Amino acid sequence: MINSSLKQLGQQLASKQVSSVELTQAYLQRMAQLNPTINAYVTIDEDKTLAQARAADARIATGDFGPLTGIPLAQKDIFCAKGWRTTCSSKMLETFISPYDAHVISQFDAAGAVNLGKTNMDEFAMGSSNETSYFGGVKNPWDFDRVPGGSSGGSAAAVAARLCAAATGTDTGGSIRQPASLCGFTGLKPTYGLVSRYGMIAFASSLDQAGPMAKSAEDCALMLNVMAGFDERDSTSVNREKEDYTRGLAAMTGEQPLKGLRIGLPKEYFAEGLSADVAKVIETAIAEYKKLGAEIVEVSLPNNNLSIPVYYVLAPAEASSNLSRYDGVRYGHRAAEYNDLMEMYMKSRAEGFGAEVKRRILIGTYVLSAGYYDAYYLKAQQIRRLIAQDFVEAFKHCDVIMGPAAPSTAFKAGEKTSDPVAMYLEDLYTIAVNLAGLPGMSIPAGFAQNSEGKALPVGLQIIGNYFDEARMLEIGHAYQQVTDWHTQMPEGIA
Amino acid sequence: MQWEVVIGLETHTQLQTKSKQFSGASTTYGADPNTQACEVSIALPGVLPVLNKEAVECAIKFGLAIEAEMAPRSVFSRKNYFYPDLPKGYQISQFELPVVGKGKITIQVPATKNTEAYEKVINITRAHLEEDAGKSVHGAVEGMSGIDLNRAGTPLLEIVTEPDMRSAAEAVAYAKKLHELVQWIGICDGNMQEGSFRCDVNVSVRPKGSDKLGTRREIKNLNSFKFMQQAIEYETQWQIETLEDGGTIQQATVLFNPDTGETRAMRSKEEANDYRYFPDPDLLPLEVTEADKARVKALMPELPQALQARLVSEYQLSSYDASTLTASRSQADYFVATVAAGAEPKQAANWVMGALSAKLNAEEKSIVDSPVSAAQLAALLKRIADNTISNNAAKQVFEGLWAGEGEVDAIIEAKGLKQVSDTGAIEAIINEVLAANQAMVDEYKAGKEKAFNALVGQCMKASKGKANPAQVNELLKAKLG
Repeated sequence: MINSSLKQLGQQLASKQVSSVELTQAYLQRMAQLNPTINAYVTIDEDKTLAQARAADARIATGDFGPLTGIPLAQKDIFCAKGWRTTCSSKMLETFISPYDAHVISQFDAAGAVNLGKTNMDEFAMGSSNETSYFGGVKNPWDFDRVPGGSSGGSAAAVAARLCAAATGTDTGGSIRQPASLCGFTGLKPTYGLVSRYGMIAFASSLDQAGPMAKSAEDCALMLNVMAGFDERDSTSVNREKEDYTRGLAAMTGEQPLKGLRIGLPKEYFAEGLSADVAKVIETAIAEYKKLGAEIVEVSLPNNNLSIPVYYVLAPAEASSNLSRYDGVRYGHRAAEYNDLMEMYMKSRAEGFGAEVKRRILIGTYVLSAGYYDAYYLKAQQIRRLIAQDFVEAFKHCDVIMGPAAPSTAFKAGEKTSDPVAMYLEDLYTIAVNLAGLPGMSIPAGFAQNSEGKALPVGLQIIGNYFDEARMLEIGHAYQQVTDWHTQMPEGIA
Repeated sequence: MQWEVVIGLETHTQLQTKSKQFSGASTTYGADPNTQACEVSIALPGVLPVLNKEAVECAIKFGLAIEAEMAPRSVFSRKNYFYPDLPKGYQISQFELPVVGKGKITIQVPATKNTEAYEKVINITRAHLEEDAGKSVHGAVEGMSGIDLNRAGTPLLEIVTEPDMRSAAEAVAYAKKLHELVQWIGICDGNMQEGSFRCDVNVSVRPKGSDKLGTRREIKNLNSFKFMQQAIEYETQWQIETLEDGGTIQQATVLFNPDTGETRAMRSKEEANDYRYFPDPDLLPLEVTEADKARVKALMPELPQALQARLVSEYQLSSYDASTLTASRSQADYFVATVAAGAEPKQAANWVMGALSAKLNAEEKSIVDSPVSAAQLAALLKRIADNTISNNAAKQVFEGLWAGEGEVDAIIEAKGLKQVSDTGAIEAIINEVLAANQAMVDEYKAGKEKAFNALVGQCMKASKGKANPAQVNELLKAKLG
């Protein structure tokens, strides 16, 4: 059952083979058993969770239910959920109980999904290994010595260890796709503006986007059906007609379902920085796509090498302002002792934020300062447009772009914590997608043996044009019809 | 040395919208602390701003009213600083691209003992939309400071002038004109006590004839015209004395203390914040199209300048009268209503600016609360025009109307004020007066013009003031031939 697809679980719930309460309890039991080791969840509240499961069962009994009614999901702790502690894995919000629901949370509530708990993450989504969390690191279920990636590391581990049927994540520079690659599941970062950011705690507003993290493309499509949609409370939410992201999946069978599809391979994605074992897996996956009927085109993203420096100007700039509200005045951490207002601010923020968050606030404050703004922030905005333009050019020659989602397989905990730049390079293939606002997805494409002979998952990244999520999910689904990487589970967690 | 003061104003006008600039919370003044602070006002984690369309409409109205350039696209920026009443740690404002660009406002500077009244055009640099902060409340709880976020997020239009004013009188005339204008177009209630209209005044001095600006000091948060006048006068004198004593002026923000009548520096420029402005990524650029402007224009009342021109061309009023009558929308409305009810325009203007205005001032009443309605005043003026009563009698009727003694004709009847216009009756009175005052008649005939007026006076007295003075004049002249 733990390896069932959302569709299968939905059918079992609908046919009353299993109740939502039973299903939920099964997950809660797994969580009780494995979470103390893996640390995927930072907040579990069985009473709340089971109340939702009972409500879902009542809905199913009346016949008023949808594909996700009664299905237990994990929610990244970046989404405000009414009555739930919502921390962003920061000491700053350690005791913050949200009085309101994020748009994503209320969409899942309306769909009748069950919230299993809030998942661990890098503090305020700043990190690529989940090691910046105030609540400690998360174990990669494929190798407990290794990180799950980040920032959505808790959701990633929860999906990989089957501690939930599916999860939500957010992706500012790769925080859904890189963990999906490192933990071996399917994760989709939608087009900027497709999913409302209301109630999703801001890191870098112009880059943040929520998306599904699940076992398969089909599961992601079902999740996205609930998450996507216009919300007038988010001015950057795009007002367009609702889509059914599962509509084209059934056609992805038979010989060459992807005939005519042009896949662009950016030469910059297969250059220095990519580990050889990952490159091999990606090449094999591309070969599989050829068999499915796709054509391969070489494309170029000449400014991709600028994406990391541009990102580390823009994201910290926005973050430095977004995180100003955590001042100890109205909610969140306040220092126990202080002599005046300035000291209260300084001590509260010094105590409440971790090192990486402070580093980015400092960078952001610096690049926005008078005298530096033009050289950093404005220049970065100009280059951001060039990076987006690269994709416009590339999509003249192809329908989707493919490549690695991360430069290597999961690395060991502690390996990169002392070298922030090495950590930042984890997002070499994902960041440009956020800067351009495009949708990107990572699907399991195989395994690479590490030096100790352990098999670690590798993700294939699929980048689509704006609002092309339905097509990308079809392309992922077609691959998952002829491969079984996405159904494999780590040893010892079954 | 002769000194010249240079003044520019920044005015925060609170826009009359139902909800806040970027959220649905109410903007009603005076509610219990923090009862009008929604999740956006408190800046909970994860909340986002949504621009209030009503506030944008107000800005467009103002832009149209001052014939300003309005960019098709303006941008909201974040002004970053820490303060307990600023929940997000930044204020959403407009920095590089404001919604309203260059425009102008014509002011009337009143006459003084030494100078005549004059008009002057004040150039407006820009007007931009922003949100207000909350309030710190000190002393409500012993040893603690409280924060009330009801006001946080209230929509403001900040209106900035060029440094065009050269005296406290000009600055006050501008502030009053702006105060009337924003109320005229219905974007601000103008309530200065509640902080709906607050002025920051930049003051510098320079040797007369110099075209270089001196170093300015900014007087913050003036909320009455009287204080503005006092503060500018004090500040100007202080700067001149400082310079004459060999000192220099440091750029600074100063506060005016109404009790002492002095200004005092609050913080100097060295302590000023670096606000780290950058475009707010949570908000899209604001687009104002020609169609938006046309739609808003259709909702606007006739503007004071246009009405003023119409009063001159249509009603043949002097431009002085027209400008005085349009000093406030309520007064203009009253005048237009009086004329619409049948009064002769020039006479209506004289009464509105004269007797009515004097009585309102004396009783500290606003024209909208006038006990004498425009229709009543028109009825009264008609009785003067048709010779039913004299001007003098009309004043008594006006008092009666003010006291609520009834309608015009009833008061005339009750007080017996009807004027005698019957030629025969007046001639009889004249004959009596002439017979009784032969000496005056002789004086007149000997060339003393004054004697004629004395005879008219005698006639009016004999008629108990009821004779039509024009007729008396005419008939008397004929008789004395």
